[in-house]
Amino acid sequence: MALLEIHDLHTSYGAIKALRGISFKIEANQVVSLIGANGAGKSTTLNTISGLLKPRQGRIIFDGKNITGWRSDRITGLGLVQVPEGRQIIAPMTVMENLMLGAYRRADREAIDADIESIFKRFKRLDERRHQKAGSMSGGEQQMLAVGRAMMAQPRLLMLDEPSMGLAPLLVNEVFQIIADIKAQGIPILLVEQNARKALQIADYAYVLERGVIVKEGAAKVLAEDAEIISTYLG
Amino acid sequence: MNLTQQIVNAIWLGGVYSLFSLGYALVFSILGILNLAHSAIFMWGAFIGLTVVLRLNVSVWLSIPVAMLGAGIIGVILDAVAFAPLRRRNAPRISQLISSIGASILLVNIAQLIFGTQPQRFPLGSIPAESIEGLPFRITPIQIIILVISIVLMIALQFLIRRTRIGQAMRAVAFNQQVAGLLGINAGQIFQITFFLAGALAGAAGVLFGLAYNSMTPFMGDQVALKGLTVIVLGGLGNIQGAVVGGFVVAGLEVFSIAAGGSNYREAFVFTLLFLMLLFRPQGLVGEAQQNRA
Ligand SMILES: Nc1ncnc2c1ncn2[C@@H]1O[C@H](COP(=O)(O)OP(=O)(O)O)[C@@H](O)[C@H]1O
Ligand SMILES: [Mg+2]
Repeated sequence: MALLEIHDLHTSYGAIKALRGISFKIEANQVVSLIGANGAGKSTTLNTISGLLKPRQGRIIFDGKNITGWRSDRITGLGLVQVPEGRQIIAPMTVMENLMLGAYRRADREAIDADIESIFKRFKRLDERRHQKAGSMSGGEQQMLAVGRAMMAQPRLLMLDEPSMGLAPLLVNEVFQIIADIKAQGIPILLVEQNARKALQIADYAYVLERGVIVKEGAAKVLAEDAEIISTYLG
Repeated sequence: MNLTQQIVNAIWLGGVYSLFSLGYALVFSILGILNLAHSAIFMWGAFIGLTVVLRLNVSVWLSIPVAMLGAGIIGVILDAVAFAPLRRRNAPRISQLISSIGASILLVNIAQLIFGTQPQRFPLGSIPAESIEGLPFRITPIQIIILVISIVLMIALQFLIRRTRIGQAMRAVAFNQQVAGLLGINAGQIFQITFFLAGALAGAAGVLFGLAYNSMTPFMGDQVALKGLTVIVLGGLGNIQGAVVGGFVVAGLEVFSIAAGGSNYREAFVFTLLFLMLLFRPQGLVGEAQQNRA
């Protein structure tokens, strides 16, 4: 049984049908990428899995549990953790407070403190700014905080929505290095990206989403060689 | 009356106004709505305190925590009945505002049925009324205690919001409910906690106000409702520290307008201030309304 199974998912915004019956799955220890153009329905997919949007139809099975229609906080509590598009750090709160909020569902106070310190060790720039308002940081720093905050929740599956969006090339590389580190820790990842080239380099498997429908899937290496994919997404 | 006396009066009264207004600010910071039933909860706090003193024969001080608990529970019920159903349907904020007006009327009517409309008092001798001797101004022990209790509760609230896990969750929900959900925070539960706290603070303010003037009717909320709104507009809607400062400013304005011979116009002074603020500084005296929430 796969870690996450999506069956025939339909989600709409009023009359706009954003997802029109998508199905996919993620195995434990896999990095799966969902690629697609702007407006394809990638964020809608993640937000439906996270419980922020209610599907019209379909089922979401996480770790054998049918979580369709659950409240978002309960889904996060299961370890299905999303880093939303645009980072969404809590701007008026400090870096430290944001990280603490990531651990909101945890009670192991000492382990939480240790995890925060290890995040500060990994991200020196966050360490220097630990008592600074999160909103005062640069886009790259905020993205690191958003990922660090999600890691504080001890994810069993991490979902990243366009983590490289709006970042300078150097920072894009850094973000993908962080994703590689997380992968090396054995944490499964669902990576949504418009930067298909980079996403296909790091992923094991990938799905291509177009206007709310999955039009292609395959091993990431294979898709990276696919002529159609190259001309549409890697051109 | 001398200047020192006016300042003393403004300070203890300001404590009660701040305490009362904090509930408005708390709810506004988290839900983005004005809870216009807040003054009715204030009144209920006063009557719960009074009932406990009259029926159970306990001291007025013990009645404060009981009134806070009771008013807090009324706040939670108010949320469940007047706000939560609308939130679930994504109703516009104006419907929630109207719902809170309806709830306010209902709460006042129920109080009329139970307590009647005649002014009620704490029993003679239950409140120390003699002013303290040897000071250059008049102040009664009750006024000092009112100020101390107000300040202690305000500090406790600040601590809760700034330093505790629940407080951080409240601030996260205030910032963005959806993001809070992704962090594992149950926003519905945070709303309940917020309404409980706001109700409890209103309840404490109600008892203290009742003790200060020792005359309570189901309509006593009217005496503070619009002042409280002025306070939070002064402080910046939803700004907790701002509400504290605003409470003392409004109390000062009221006290000095009475001293200046404008006793009949004191409400007019307060509302003129509200009007001018809305016109010229809707973000509050200290500005940055959005950033400083909660
Ligand atoms: N809040 C919304 N209200 C209405 N339509 C929306 C909303 N969010 C997204 N959409 C529409 O749903 C479709 C999918 O959007 P989205 O999932 O954000 O795409 P992606 O993340 O792949 O760029 C688009 O057509 C978009 O316009
Ligand atoms: Mg998107």
